[in-house]
Amino acid sequence: MSLMHASTAQAVPGTPGVMRWVLVATLPGIALMSWHFGWGVLANVLVAGGLAMALEALMLRLRGRAIGATLGDHSALVSGVLLGAALPPFAPWWLLLVGVAAAIVVAKHLYGGLGQNLFNPAMVGYALLLIAFPVPMTQWVAPLGLVGPEALSPLEALRQLAGLGPGLDALSGATPLDAFKHKPEGLMAQEFWAGEPLPPGAQAAWRDVALGWLAGGALLLWRRLIDWRIPLALLGSLTLLSGLLYAGDPSQHGSPAFHLFAGAAIFGACFIATDPVSAAAGRRGRWLYGAAIGVLVVVIRTQGAYPDAIAFAVLLMNFAVPLIDHLLPPRPLGRRQRETSP
Amino acid sequence: MSDFLLILVSTALVNNFVLVQFLGLCPFMGVSSKLESAFGMAAATTFVLTLSALASHLVYHQLLAPLGLEYLRIIAFILVIAAVVQFTELMVKKTSPLLHQVLGIFLPLITTNCAVLGVALLSVRRESSLIEAGLYGLGAALGFSLVLVLFAALRERLALADVPRPFRGAAIAMISASLMSLAFMGFAGLVQG
Repeated sequence: MSLMHASTAQAVPGTPGVMRWVLVATLPGIALMSWHFGWGVLANVLVAGGLAMALEALMLRLRGRAIGATLGDHSALVSGVLLGAALPPFAPWWLLLVGVAAAIVVAKHLYGGLGQNLFNPAMVGYALLLIAFPVPMTQWVAPLGLVGPEALSPLEALRQLAGLGPGLDALSGATPLDAFKHKPEGLMAQEFWAGEPLPPGAQAAWRDVALGWLAGGALLLWRRLIDWRIPLALLGSLTLLSGLLYAGDPSQHGSPAFHLFAGAAIFGACFIATDPVSAAAGRRGRWLYGAAIGVLVVVIRTQGAYPDAIAFAVLLMNFAVPLIDHLLPPRPLGRRQRETSP
Repeated sequence: MSDFLLILVSTALVNNFVLVQFLGLCPFMGVSSKLESAFGMAAATTFVLTLSALASHLVYHQLLAPLGLEYLRIIAFILVIAAVVQFTELMVKKTSPLLHQVLGIFLPLITTNCAVLGVALLSVRRESSLIEAGLYGLGAALGFSLVLVLFAALRERLALADVPRPFRGAAIAMISASLMSLAFMGFAGLVQG
């Protein structure tokens, strides 16, 4: 793996530097998400990050590796933070523990640790939890805010984290994608939205969070830490395909803007699919990789059983990456484009 | 037309024989350590699976059902599959020695691929027409080929990874297969029924 990516290696600071920038880039998204959805987001991110560091240290010790240097590269922290941000706020501790364990122990260290994981660790954790614990994984709180009159206090967040809370049934509301997925068959989209199927402010909250992730992605692009091809191809194919569906039948399909801003599309495009280890290595391969994720997301969202599909789409394409790299290998450094065929 | 497409998508992705129905695991694990042999196995299996799905459909509906011998279907299908495999090998050997070189050792192996028998038995249970049975076999074969080839490429990369010693070899291959299976659950609900 490290051999394959050598062509891009010198342009980038070392792993700790990259990971610090990624952590900084998650801040706008996490801040906006906490602002709208409350202390549970911060609890998720901090606990998942901490658990990820602890499990990383444990695995390094079991494998007889130096703990300090590897733990100091922040890569486990990034995986934990991304998983924590993807999970529903006010998740109980055991949900975080199972997810982080799947991410760090199985997806990362059983595959040889940093730089060798074939599957994106955070998305392995997320998909495993979604299959194993569908109920807590689909309970999103309504956007009650961080400090507003209805907001849950930090103490309440801790009680939810400890699994002592009264349950979130009374406070939970569907996500926009989830609600639209369960739209009654005959109902037109306009009528459906006019019926206010969501808690007040939910759509605006989700849009703000997506914009926060977009700001983080822009930061990463500006620092040249992620390849612009992947998010562009992903969001481009997602917009194009959802646009075609929307143009064909606007009464039954979500608009491209809905697909972009109502779910995890931008988060996935900027922070998940761009993971340089589990993404395709070559330029052509990255176009294909990103575009295929976008297509899979729209197909699963509109035809499949799951309202959002970033995790599955990314995992499916992670699984195809070795073959993509085999068929569309990265061009050797220093060669011009035309000379490389056949 | 869209019915036919649905059968293909359903058998190749949603109800993938390897990752969702857990059939045909022996060649999936056994022939996936090299990409080239995986391509050969995929091609040979696609050919035999489609043909044997058609042949067993004919045998069941033209021979067993009229005679009231449905309970003999397992043994009859095994016979049909073995015959199809033998016939394929003979024909390939005569007509295209090159292809025979590529597919050579994989052809006899297919007889023991439980996915082939599984496809024959499941497609009879669906009470489908001959064309649908053929498409069912083709879809199953395409799904099998897809995951076999992807898995082989993945395992070639895995061979270079610094996997902890207790997990090397079959263990990490099984774990990878289970993660792939997890990813394929995302296709659930894509096709009803």
